[in-house]
Amino acid sequence: MNWNFIIFSLVKLAVIVGVVQGLVAYSVLAERKISAWIQDRVGPNRTAPPFMKYVPVIGPFLTRLGMFQPLADGLKFLLKEDFTPAGVRKIYFWLAPALAVIPAMLTVAVIPFGSNLGAQKMVMADLNVGILYTFGIVSLGVYGIVLAGYAANSKYPFLGGIRSSAQMISYELSMGMSVIPVLMIVGNLNLSAIIGWQSTHGWLVFFSPLSFFIFLVASFAETNRLPFDLPEAETELVGGYHTEYSSMKFALFFLAEYSNMVSSAAMMVTLFFGGWTLPFWGLDQPATSLLLGVAHILVFMVKMLAFMVLFIWVRWMFPRFRYDQLMDLGWRRFLPLALFNILVTAIWMWLTAK
Amino acid sequence: MGLPDILFYIFAALTLLCGLLVVANPFSRSPVTSAMFLVLTIISLAGLFVLLNAFFLAAVQVIVYAGAVMVLFVFVIMLLDLKEEERRHIKAFGFVTGVVSVGIILSVFLKSIGSTAKLALPAAANASTAGESDTHALGMLLFTKYTLPFEVISVLLLVAMIGVITLSKKDLK
Repeated sequence: MNWNFIIFSLVKLAVIVGVVQGLVAYSVLAERKISAWIQDRVGPNRTAPPFMKYVPVIGPFLTRLGMFQPLADGLKFLLKEDFTPAGVRKIYFWLAPALAVIPAMLTVAVIPFGSNLGAQKMVMADLNVGILYTFGIVSLGVYGIVLAGYAANSKYPFLGGIRSSAQMISYELSMGMSVIPVLMIVGNLNLSAIIGWQSTHGWLVFFSPLSFFIFLVASFAETNRLPFDLPEAETELVGGYHTEYSSMKFALFFLAEYSNMVSSAAMMVTLFFGGWTLPFWGLDQPATSLLLGVAHILVFMVKMLAFMVLFIWVRWMFPRFRYDQLMDLGWRRFLPLALFNILVTAIWMWLTAK
Repeated sequence: MGLPDILFYIFAALTLLCGLLVVANPFSRSPVTSAMFLVLTIISLAGLFVLLNAFFLAAVQVIVYAGAVMVLFVFVIMLLDLKEEERRHIKAFGFVTGVVSVGIILSVFLKSIGSTAKLALPAAANASTAGESDTHALGMLLFTKYTLPFEVISVLLLVAMIGVITLSKKDLK
């Protein structure tokens, strides 16, 4: 047994989970603040612990930004009554929130979020089949939603569950197809190798912009975010698949949705925007000092946060698709487009090979 | 006994147990429960693939079967709103055909286990190096040595797909 490896892995695990949870909490706040700005409101601006008003300048400033709102929200979720309606299928009702959260948390394991700090590579598991691992885990995430709809034993959640299973399967296909040109260009399934390729040749978004576009749209559908949030369409289905849930179980579905957002933003940065590299200031090679290692992590975080903001921004700018439009878009527009993209990339590679 | 051995026994036991619970669950006759145990069986099979260093196969197993095929199963079961199945009486004909087909499959397994036992040692020695690029090796084999079977299988899938579309369309023009 290599104790060094175990200890460092545990530390990395704790830090990653902590950072993702923190990101989730504060992306909810960001969601509320950005939606408020877009709709010309103020957003959460007064939640604060009692002693904050005695802290000069910084106290009121943080309060106005709503910095303490996520803490209050979390506390409220924990303290609310955990109500189980009478007619539900108990086992699935308890299982579904866990099944939604676990895959959402597992996806970040293979994403390289920095080059290295000292001798430690900044990735949990540097798998040879990194991308396939992510797709596998993401495809399991649908069970949480489907079972939640099934367990509730009532009509609206059931419709939400049915919708989500059809939607996620349809868009998983386009998502998988959209990444194939990337794999063809790089010739490796390992995410670190994909970043390495991008640091020498340039970001993949310039080589295969169509791939990026399809991946972006499909990831909106996979995370059930607004242009495609049919499984929880509030105006039609009350709350969709989580109508019957309350308290922390409800919060777990939220956690899953935002963790999925974090991991798909991280995937997009890794696959198309060079991961932790920047083409200038010598940031494109694995770090040789601690300072450079930290800089790489910061670069990754900034890129990822930009995508998080995009996710939130889109939610408040576009209306929801109708269900038949969603299916039409997935099967009759994006799937042929993705196949065409593979063909074009193959021809391009064949022509430039000589 | 190292960690891989212990993990092998855990995954093998999980596979068998969940497989049994798919068809003969004493606690629940709900089709959704059976489907979920089938998902668990598939995932534990993927675990066995990982122990064999076949990471690509493990990932594909999860993506295709657990992630797509079984979701469709659950989707159909939920859409048809199947109620709990009643305990059916086993008919003599069904029993005989069942025993015969299990016997045939078992004999095939025994034969293949017997023929691979001799190969086991060199394979284990190669495993550490083969795991590096098994995806690449698999792709090369599929498109060189096994091109014909690969294409035949894809034609078979195409035929099945066309068949389904023909059957599900009520009035053909």
